[in-house]
Amino acid sequence: MSNMIKTEHLRYAYQIGTQEKVKFVLDDIDLSISPGEFVAVLGHNGCGKSTLAKHFNALLLPAGGTVYVGGMDTKDEAHYWEFRKNVGMVFQNPDNQIVATVVEEDVAFAPENLGVPSDEIRKRVDEALKTVDMYELRRHAPHLLSGGQKQRVAIAGAIAMEPKCIVFDEPTAMLDPKGRKEVIDTIVKLKEEKHMTVVLITHYMEEAVRADRVVVMDKGKVLRNDVPRNVFSDVKFMKSLGLDVPQVTELCYRLAKDGINIRSDVMTVAECVDELIKLL
Amino acid sequence: MLKDITLGQYFPIDSPLHRMDPRTKILSLILLIVAIFLANNPWAYVLAAAFTLLVVALSKVPVSMYFRGLKPIWFVIIFTALLNIFFTPGTKIYLFGYRTPMTWEGLILAGKMALRLVLLIISSSALTYTTSPILLTDGIEKLLKPLAKLGLPTFELAMMMSIAIRFIPTLIEETDKIMKAQKARGADFESGSVLHRVKALAPMLVPLFISAFRRADELAVAMESRCYQGGEHRTRLNEIRFHLIDAFAGLLMLAFFAAVIILRIIL
Repeated sequence: MSNMIKTEHLRYAYQIGTQEKVKFVLDDIDLSISPGEFVAVLGHNGCGKSTLAKHFNALLLPAGGTVYVGGMDTKDEAHYWEFRKNVGMVFQNPDNQIVATVVEEDVAFAPENLGVPSDEIRKRVDEALKTVDMYELRRHAPHLLSGGQKQRVAIAGAIAMEPKCIVFDEPTAMLDPKGRKEVIDTIVKLKEEKHMTVVLITHYMEEAVRADRVVVMDKGKVLRNDVPRNVFSDVKFMKSLGLDVPQVTELCYRLAKDGINIRSDVMTVAECVDELIKLL
Repeated sequence: MLKDITLGQYFPIDSPLHRMDPRTKILSLILLIVAIFLANNPWAYVLAAAFTLLVVALSKVPVSMYFRGLKPIWFVIIFTALLNIFFTPGTKIYLFGYRTPMTWEGLILAGKMALRLVLLIISSSALTYTTSPILLTDGIEKLLKPLAKLGLPTFELAMMMSIAIRFIPTLIEETDKIMKAQKARGADFESGSVLHRVKALAPMLVPLFISAFRRADELAVAMESRCYQGGEHRTRLNEIRFHLIDAFAGLLMLAFFAAVIILRIIL
């Protein structure tokens, strides 16, 4: 098994009445994600990124083409729960994915559904809460937590399932900068310490920079699939899609445009500082 | 304004009452309520009050929390007490004006009724403060289990209840937000006739319902993503079990109940 997730000629369309012309939300997508990889998916609202994510744990089944999760076709109903168990999902609104009224009982929801014995659930819950750094608040009521904390509880809820891969569907879209940082640090930690496969759908370029690979989508198609540096250095292309690039990339791009001799593939603040010092 | 609702709020600490099996607690509460209504002489009332106080002490929940739970019903208590004091026929002790005599019997009845109400609220608060909603619904589900054979979807009912409880604070917050947004645009919820105010609620309820449906949809997807597949083969983090403490509490409860019955018979 070399790929965690693989899609071949994946197509999908939502049924809209009896319209003659079917508009594909996903149009011929070929994508493969290796175990342990951190992939960021960028694109506009309505470009199909959330629809794509829902194919990764068989919430949606392809209308055309195939999706393989762990080498198995998602259309295979016999492995239905395997897909759900192996690919965890965290959604945008933390309030709408928390089921229970106590943090630890919410984290226990998935293993409870899977019929894991009680003492094993206890172990998983404690470990998951420690991973996201919420162990001290395990007896709290979720509605009293901050957005970032709630989202970390949701992440713990996915971890407790012991998935191989977690798909994050704009997990920071509703958070303040502090909560955003908490969540992104947690995601990076999952990849680096737990060696989990991570798929991150986001609008924030600063988050995508930390990925191993960036996939840029527009109108149901994959337009770019490369390391972040190569994607972001093509500022013109990103702008043409109406997408941003990290602020420092933009700065260097504009400086270069005005005739200053500076690299245009800068991605982090530290790199930018180094480049600017060289100029001085 | 809506934030004062405390009934049904769990107080997460550790106490003997918290550790008890929810089934024991639910059945005990039912027995206690029946006992309070069966009590018909001062000694039985003293006993019931003492027992309730014991429960409060064992719960380790601050007494102020219980008072907060009583807050919304003070009006009812005082109102019924006043009615009882002045409208019960019997020995007159004081005459207000010339129509409404205060009677000795009325005073006693008012005291009894007020005590009954207070004890009822305190004892049911003791259950909800010491039992997390999930355990509470688990307990109810287990108690209703025999009815599952008759086709009652006990698991689904329990799940619905716990989700409803989970979303109460979320929806209250949402209501508050919508109200503020409507007020900012000139909506008036506070003046005018009752009919006018009820009408003013419509533009608030519509967005609330729409958002509740959207939430439900998202929650369903999130639950499915976490392998929700109904009640079969499901295990629990805190599997409810009957412990020694439950046997002890159950015996104490039965002894108390018997005492109330005996007092009713012999006095």
